[in-house]
Amino acid sequence: MVRVHGVARVLEAHLRWYRRNWRATAISSVLQPLLFLLAFGLGFGSLVGARAQEATGGADYLVWLAPALLAMSAVQTGAFEMSYPVLAGFKWRRTYEAMTATPVEPGEVALGQLAFVTAKSLLTGAVSLVVIALFGGVRSVGVLGSLVAAVLTGAAVAALVMAFAATRQDEGTAFNAVFRFVVLPMTLFSGTFFPIATLPGWVQPLAWVSPLWHGTELARWAAGVGASDLVLLHLAYLLVLVGIGSGLSMRFFTRRLTA
Amino acid sequence: MTAPISGLTWLLPAGSYAGRARMLLLRSATASRRTWPAVVSGFAEPVFYLLAMGTGLGALVGTLPGPDGRELSYAAFIAPGLLAASAMNGAVFDATFNVFFKLRDSKLYDAMLATPLGPVDIALGEIGWALLRGGLYATGFLSVMAVAGLVTSPWALLALPVALLVAFAFAAVGMAATSFMRSWQDFDFVTLAVLPMFLFGTTFYPLSVYPPVVQVVVECLPLYHAVELMRGLTTGAVHWGMLGHLAYFVVMALVGVVFAARRLHALLLR
Amino acid sequence: MPGMGEGLVVARGLRKSFGAFEAVRGIEVEVAEGEVFGFLGPNGAGKSSTMRMIACVSPRSAGELSVLGRDPDREGPRIRARLGVVPQLDNLDIELSVRENLEVYGRYFGLSRRHVRAKAGELLEFARLTDRADAKVDALSGGMKRRLTIARALVNDPDLLLLDEPTTGLDPQARHLLWERLYRLKREGVTQIITTHYMDEAEQLCDRLVVMDGGVIVAEGSPAGLIERWSTREVLELRFPSDAAPPVAELQPHAERVELLPDRVLLYVPHGERAQAAVHAAGVRPLSALVRRSSLEDVFLRLTGRTLVD
Repeated sequence: MVRVHGVARVLEAHLRWYRRNWRATAISSVLQPLLFLLAFGLGFGSLVGARAQEATGGADYLVWLAPALLAMSAVQTGAFEMSYPVLAGFKWRRTYEAMTATPVEPGEVALGQLAFVTAKSLLTGAVSLVVIALFGGVRSVGVLGSLVAAVLTGAAVAALVMAFAATRQDEGTAFNAVFRFVVLPMTLFSGTFFPIATLPGWVQPLAWVSPLWHGTELARWAAGVGASDLVLLHLAYLLVLVGIGSGLSMRFFTRRLTA
Repeated sequence: MTAPISGLTWLLPAGSYAGRARMLLLRSATASRRTWPAVVSGFAEPVFYLLAMGTGLGALVGTLPGPDGRELSYAAFIAPGLLAASAMNGAVFDATFNVFFKLRDSKLYDAMLATPLGPVDIALGEIGWALLRGGLYATGFLSVMAVAGLVTSPWALLALPVALLVAFAFAAVGMAATSFMRSWQDFDFVTLAVLPMFLFGTTFYPLSVYPPVVQVVVECLPLYHAVELMRGLTTGAVHWGMLGHLAYFVVMALVGVVFAARRLHALLLR
Repeated sequence: MPGMGEGLVVARGLRKSFGAFEAVRGIEVEVAEGEVFGFLGPNGAGKSSTMRMIACVSPRSAGELSVLGRDPDREGPRIRARLGVVPQLDNLDIELSVRENLEVYGRYFGLSRRHVRAKAGELLEFARLTDRADAKVDALSGGMKRRLTIARALVNDPDLLLLDEPTTGLDPQARHLLWERLYRLKREGVTQIITTHYMDEAEQLCDRLVVMDGGVIVAEGSPAGLIERWSTREVLELRFPSDAAPPVAELQPHAERVELLPDRVLLYVPHGERAQAAVHAAGVRPLSALVRRSSLEDVFLRLTGRTLVD
């Protein structure tokens, strides 16, 4: 059984911790999308000019890139925050053990962790969005919808990585492999910097599996620089992933914390 | 009594070098026996970038002028940049995260100092390992470039020793910087240093894109000099000015090693 | 070195300060070959700082120090080649297996491959870890890790073994096994310097010890000698109902020293049962009475006080 107030208490504990420790990740989580925006949106964008507008469906490359970078950043935050920090909760800091010594249930610990990471990516995403707007990357208020799409994408990846982390006994090299062979290719081949149609045909099905591709499409649609035909499919796919990831996480947390 | 003067040791306190840095290489090699896939597969990262950006962005850009004005395919333009960046990334990762862990968490260096080893052995040994790793990645990536037809000059063979020098310099400076870190929270600064260099150090597009003021700033970044060296060598556009870029790294490496060893001395021999 | 004695470790007016804080404030120590020497003291007494100076990983701030007849400031690596160090917290190489920890560490001393391989087998036997030789260090229990750390310190057949709180955090079985191993080394003639705040450990292991407090040495001698000098032969412990203890003045004539604690009264006396009879005759009626031999702990608490040190 998962109770809302149990999840809320876990979330509160994380938020109190974050109030003391937000500086540690502030630079990378807010600046990272901005740096990519500057390097590719402005630097690279000035090289490609008109040719890029063919690929982006007429939109300015910078404006086309901005919603996708929000999604990319949320995915990176989600994946990282659920790797070492979750294993630390089980193994090094043992905070999960401390939580379940109270009336809080293991499933609530899992969902509270997910709620925290989601809240965090919403917060850093919002700050990034303001900065991106200052650099001219925003043309419509629909970009607020892009932020929601980005946070949802981040949550889908976060939930799956959390389930994986809950099964790890020691760090070994597993997280490294996830970052290197899953997260990195996902950020490169999900249509963030260029439409996946420019890739060879056999690579494109890989993008269809990638939550980031669905999130990017959704975020671009909300900002008014993307196609609208598959929106419901993208949304459904992401929601299903959040569901699967949360379900598995709750199971693995319960198994590990009550064994 | 005077300490024996050999090499750099005159810059360093007495008793800090036992001449046994290679034992740290042996230790790292032993430790990597179980984790070698993680070490070796590091060279996949720049390959992913090359595949994605080379094909995807390449379709948007077409060609770009190389160092000697000849038009290069976009993949051929970014490949040397990625080679330089991978030498930097591998070395910095080893010299910051891994060194910090051994310095603060596992107290491995304290254990080493209970033996005749000194801080200079530790600095050289760890930098040496980062160097081997960087060399491995560079060799792997150069082979990929060659197979993909992105190497157009025999000068490219020299890219390997240059990658080693670049890795050495970044590892040395990274290790010196690590000695100032107080907690894992400070590692955000590593990202803050490395990511802008990777993105703006002319890896993905030429310097001419920037306004003149920004050009000067970019020209100060170490990665810019590494990219210039690599791009010149892999395209065969070799000129005397490249010695200046080399000198940049020689100085960076020397300053880094002395600084790193002195800081380790101050931290470990309190 | 002129003016220094013949001991393996000789310190004269040895000081260590960190900024304005003086951790060690001028101590005199001489450790003879073959002896087991102890540093006792509460947390923050300066024991670990002293051990680090002897281990040649902490330059002294003032005074003289010679270890194995050499000056640590000038010949650190040469001295360390002959030392075995067991730090307070295990710093094993967690990326290596049990056996690799011993072999790689031996290589840091410049020992040959063949030599460290043979030595590692011998030390695994000594530490009773032979069947765990290929396990990862992470998987070992606290006692096993401690034994491995001690085995590692012996890889170079040291002339002097430094042990900083060797049995802290171990269960009684593991402690006794360690004591037995350390005693075996003593019989083999290995000089040992131990810090501890377990008095039973000091009494078991040390030939001679010093008690440190606030950076200075407050007493020195053999365990028995210290008890004789700073305590009585026996202690009479009397318990009273709460708030019903008689005034100290009433008990004073029956003991050399009286100590009033929240829950009981301690009488330091040469003969416990005689004192108990005398107190009874004087009309004192405790809830319970216990006679025990004086221990090093009594000496320690007398010298360093009962106040909690943090």
